[in-house]
Amino acid sequence: MAQFKLQINDKSYTVEADPKMPLLWAIRDLAGLTGTKYGCGIAQCGACTVHLNGNAVRSCQMPVEAAAKGKITTIEGVSEDNTHVVQQAWIQEQVPQCGYCQSGQIMSAVALLKKNPNPTDKDIDTAMQGNLCRCGTYPRIRKAIKTASKLMLAKASAR
Amino acid sequence: MSINRRDFIKLSGLTGAALMLGISAKAKVVKVGASDVELNAWISIDTSGKVTIINHRAEMGQGSFQAVPQIIAEELEVDLNSVKIVFGVGNEKKYGSQITGGSSTVRGSYKHLGQMGASAREMLKEAAAKKWNVDKSTCYAENGQIIHKPSGKKLGYGELVADASKLDLPKDVPLKKSSEYKILRKPAPRQDTPMKTNGTAMFGLDKKLPGMMYAVVERNPRFLGKVKSFDDSAAKKIAGVKHVMKVQMAVFSTTREGVAVVADNLWSAMQGRKALKIEWDDSGFPYHDTTQLYAKMEDDLKTKEGLSYKTMGDVNRILAKSEKKLEAVYSTPYESHSSMEPLNCTAHVTDDACEIWGPIQAPGWVQDDLMNVLKMPREKITVNMTFLGGGFGRKAFTDYTQEAALISKEIKAPVQVVWTREDDTNQGPFRPGMMYKIEAALQPNGRIAAYKFKMAGQNMDHQWPGADKMSYNGSTTEGFLEPYFERMPNYSFADIPLDSPIPVMWWRSVYSSTSGFAYESFMDELALAAGKDPMEYRKMFLGGKDRYLALIDKLEQVSGWKSKGKNEGYGVAITECFSSIVGEVVKVSKRAEGGVKIDKVWAVMDCGWYVNPDIIKAQVEGSIIMALGAATKHATTFKDGKAVEQNFNTYKMPRIQDTPEIEVYNMDNEEPAGGVGEPGLPPFTPALTNAIFDLTGKRIRTLPFDLEKV
Repeated sequence: MAQFKLQINDKSYTVEADPKMPLLWAIRDLAGLTGTKYGCGIAQCGACTVHLNGNAVRSCQMPVEAAAKGKITTIEGVSEDNTHVVQQAWIQEQVPQCGYCQSGQIMSAVALLKKNPNPTDKDIDTAMQGNLCRCGTYPRIRKAIKTASKLMLAKASAR
Repeated sequence: MSINRRDFIKLSGLTGAALMLGISAKAKVVKVGASDVELNAWISIDTSGKVTIINHRAEMGQGSFQAVPQIIAEELEVDLNSVKIVFGVGNEKKYGSQITGGSSTVRGSYKHLGQMGASAREMLKEAAAKKWNVDKSTCYAENGQIIHKPSGKKLGYGELVADASKLDLPKDVPLKKSSEYKILRKPAPRQDTPMKTNGTAMFGLDKKLPGMMYAVVERNPRFLGKVKSFDDSAAKKIAGVKHVMKVQMAVFSTTREGVAVVADNLWSAMQGRKALKIEWDDSGFPYHDTTQLYAKMEDDLKTKEGLSYKTMGDVNRILAKSEKKLEAVYSTPYESHSSMEPLNCTAHVTDDACEIWGPIQAPGWVQDDLMNVLKMPREKITVNMTFLGGGFGRKAFTDYTQEAALISKEIKAPVQVVWTREDDTNQGPFRPGMMYKIEAALQPNGRIAAYKFKMAGQNMDHQWPGADKMSYNGSTTEGFLEPYFERMPNYSFADIPLDSPIPVMWWRSVYSSTSGFAYESFMDELALAAGKDPMEYRKMFLGGKDRYLALIDKLEQVSGWKSKGKNEGYGVAITECFSSIVGEVVKVSKRAEGGVKIDKVWAVMDCGWYVNPDIIKAQVEGSIIMALGAATKHATTFKDGKAVEQNFNTYKMPRIQDTPEIEVYNMDNEEPAGGVGEPGLPPFTPALTNAIFDLTGKRIRTLPFDLEKV
């Protein structure tokens, strides 16, 4: 057991954990942020996706000690009030069904749009292929990412 | 095990009939909050006018959280977006059946829910009329207010609810005509969406209680195996591990055994489980494997007539003398449900009460089961509903809730039992794998003179203690279009049950998910043998059935069936289940690298009376993608008495890049409401394989297959 200071959503959390504990469990059970989900534990489904220094990572495969020095963003940090363009696009296109994988989907989409504000279908498929959805919301995820891209570009040109 | 087996069979065998609600909703004043007044089981209004509507069903993605309030709000005359929606706890006396299965929420209760909204509105109207001392017929309801038409006087529902709640509940209030709808049949955005885009929706796994422990269980991977002994010395050395114990749970008429590790955090429990040394007792039963199971089914189809479900005329005589005959065998795999939220249950059992939280499709069955297991009266067992991260039928079973309750009872503390993805994938219950043999005799004009259908595979109803294993499968014809029966002078539908300890359970669209493939593939083979276009051929059996013809016309029109291009393969399939009819057309073409790719899917859904067209579209899209997985991506196989697939690296579900373009249309009519969550699934696979045949001449009769290797 060791003590770690985690920077999650610009807030500092001090946690006691086994250094090998995956970041996922530190976020969910120690920091109490349950928006990030457990899906497979082997980085196959993306339900646990968070950002570490702006990059989408699978928190189920990242030991807490490796994340302790970085800046972590979870779904709660995207925005609590659904004001982020990706969340708005997700609502506009009515993407979620059961909703369980959607935190991870949104984290992957936010990371994609940050790097590539105007992705093609192929770019979307490549960036989102690590995120499984058993409900089959993929057609709407594609649409919502394009909608978010439009909203983002409209916002940028308004500035 | 005391789940109401009759209900299970009634639900699992449900095709045409809608579910009945047995509810006595009394309008007596019940204070539910400081200022909330309950008008009936579904509706309460506080004195400020805030309306709360109960969703009494499980929300697992299919949209009950939106659909139930949408029906009520229409008749209640309130703005759906200002309504607060909450889950009802398990209480079948109050709400009637809460088992969320068989695509039953809307079709089973829409008239009753409309009546709940309408009668509450009439009570509010009467309360206002009394207050104003005017005739009730001069008042009307609009947007949470009662308005006196002649004077324009208004009173909000909040000002009327206390008086209204003292009135008798009016019976048989006429419901609105669909032309009068303001909320129904509109694509009203789901109110659970914002909770699912900012991480606040509470799923079973998100439940936390003070002093709650976490448990994981190493269960015997062989379904009939037992725990012989275990060494927990290493596990107990792991920081946080508090208890290690042998546990068991009922799985239909068998008992599953395992060893639970309980810790003050989940990670420690998982580490403790890895450190366990368990010796299993795997004696006294044979170890099944997939090859042997399918060999048995194939042999059964060759040698047995099976248990007769439905017959007309004399099929064997016609087949024996017919000149033009066709015969085909189809094979479909076992499947895991693999909801994105793995199974889990939080239980707190004390000496005289039990409280449960979790992703649960059937709170009433959980109560039935725990009453028996814990020897407690129903009213002492509270089952709370959370959002379900997928269900697909699996979460209507009660093994995981029983196991959690028993662990809590033993450790005398609240506990959350978490199934890892591996547990969720390899323990079942699974969709049963089925094999089919269909034979038909054709008349010279292509009509069917005789149709003989046999289905081999496990019968879900046969798993219960004391089940009559000679009883036929009541769902044998699920998926088959009803009018077809009338156009076949001789037919026979039978099933040959496979006796196996593999636990099986409803999997989205149940038997139709596999039978639809056999039925509609064979229809295509018949059309070819008759020298007819597959769409035209189906129409030959639907003459005079306007509802079916309207659907097929729509399908033909939107898919461009008649103007298909040169290097394109088109396939069609139409199935009927849970009182809805769905037709789908798939278009495929050859990949440059070999194999085929799906270019587009068109779907036309006719679910009769409906609530929300956007949810219907979403459900059909999702059903198609789930079917795509079972057709071309994944299967559960068995070897040495255990499930082989353990996680998403071997049970490979469709991903975004596998998803074709999908276009969904919804028929608009006044037929009785049908199901929405499941009926879109069965037609996809046969439409796909029929399209592949159209393109390549290759007939696929065994699932799953690899699109890239066709």
